[in-house]
Amino acid sequence: MIAQRAGTTALRRVAGKPNAFFTANVAKLGLAQSLSTTQIRPVATQKLTPADGAALLAKQRLQRPVSPHLDVYDKQQTWFGGSIWMRITGSAFSGSLYVFATAYLAAPLLGWHLESASLAASFGALPFAAKGALKFLAAWPFAFHALNGVRHLVFDMTYGIKRQTLIKSGWYVWGASMVGGLYLAFFL
Amino acid sequence: MAALRSSTARLLGAASRPVLRAPAAPAAVRGMAQVTDGQQQNLAASADQAKLKTFQIYRWNPDTPTEKPRMQSYTLDLNKTGPMVLDALIRIKNEIDPTLTFRRSCREGICGSCAMNINGTNTLACLCRIPAEDNAEMKVYPLPHTYVVKDLVPDLTQFYKQYKSIKPYLQRDTPAEDGKEYRQSKADRKKLDGLYECILCACCSTSCPSYWWNSEEYLGPAILLQSYRWLVDSRDEKTAQRKDALNNSMSLYRCHTILNCTRTCPKGLNPGLAIAEIKRDMAFSG
Repeated sequence: MIAQRAGTTALRRVAGKPNAFFTANVAKLGLAQSLSTTQIRPVATQKLTPADGAALLAKQRLQRPVSPHLDVYDKQQTWFGGSIWMRITGSAFSGSLYVFATAYLAAPLLGWHLESASLAASFGALPFAAKGALKFLAAWPFAFHALNGVRHLVFDMTYGIKRQTLIKSGWYVWGASMVGGLYLAFFL
Repeated sequence: MAALRSSTARLLGAASRPVLRAPAAPAAVRGMAQVTDGQQQNLAASADQAKLKTFQIYRWNPDTPTEKPRMQSYTLDLNKTGPMVLDALIRIKNEIDPTLTFRRSCREGICGSCAMNINGTNTLACLCRIPAEDNAEMKVYPLPHTYVVKDLVPDLTQFYKQYKSIKPYLQRDTPAEDGKEYRQSKADRKKLDGLYECILCACCSTSCPSYWWNSEEYLGPAILLQSYRWLVDSRDEKTAQRKDALNNSMSLYRCHTILNCTRTCPKGLNPGLAIAEIKRDMAFSG
């Protein structure tokens, strides 16, 4: 009797999924429970009211970490991108202009000698390599900012924004600014 | 575990399962014997030269929120794994660690669920081939600078809210001339190519440093590409209003043409170009 009943339950259970092997044998075997096609999940779930659910979500949201970004993103794109160096070189130039202008303004009060003549004289006294290095320090950012500025203007005219083109033009700007910086530093 | 099953299952199950399962297996295989043979041969051949690949995967569990996120490595034999990163993730979940959590659905790059950061670039795991040439470790992170729900699942609530904010649907007041449908010339339709294919996987937006720092106000490349899709649609009549909504310092102009978006798009679309075109249109048409 019990075996029969188990058989019908199983029949009901597999009714949704027609399967020749099971339906043919289940009634005979009466061991339907063990043949069950549904997966047994030993995880108890509990119902939450919408309010409890929202509270849980709010609590979780406070604890969520921010996934890693600068550390893991492709270094070539984050650290050698034209855009960020455009900003760095631009900030360096405007920053040094402010610093020098302020110092020049304060020079008479503090007794510093920042006139062109004395600066030129002290610069002229340096060895050739030091002169070149100092000039390169200003010449490279200048060359990069100028060339990449043109690149960005071209971008703004909606040209050159194709994956391969923009990767190439990025490297060209790096190369050309190096060459230009070296030229300005050592041959001018 | 067993305690939760019904008592009949326990009584009958333990004794009968091995006996019953054994004859059932060949019946299910039916006429596929040759295929099975082939697979077994493959397995036998590959057993002596397993191509092992290690995957380092970002893990964080909301149930233990005080624990720091960590990287967990899993090693798989590539001979037994499908060619894509998603295949590897599914195999890890099935066979090694069922607690690994990630989103996936279509496995063919049309749903955008499995967007993640793989080896430093955002892409869809289902479209990203596992490089078989070398056995360098692969690193898998969730989309960068997103709140992590669990493991590789990012919280995209803000992203979807922003999408909603641009009113991504046709807006017009005048009815169609023939009362049937809004017609469009072939040239006008062509303008939507490269825009309508966007699946909103958020790869581009989360590759953008500008979006990392300003995601509260800056819309990000994906949403701006969608914006442009409605701006250039010849059937839409709210172009002026749409442009107006973008005309502030944050929504659109936080784009500094970094163009990580164009470099990362797994569908080969060009969000950077779409944004540049919006900027151009706004500058020249007022």
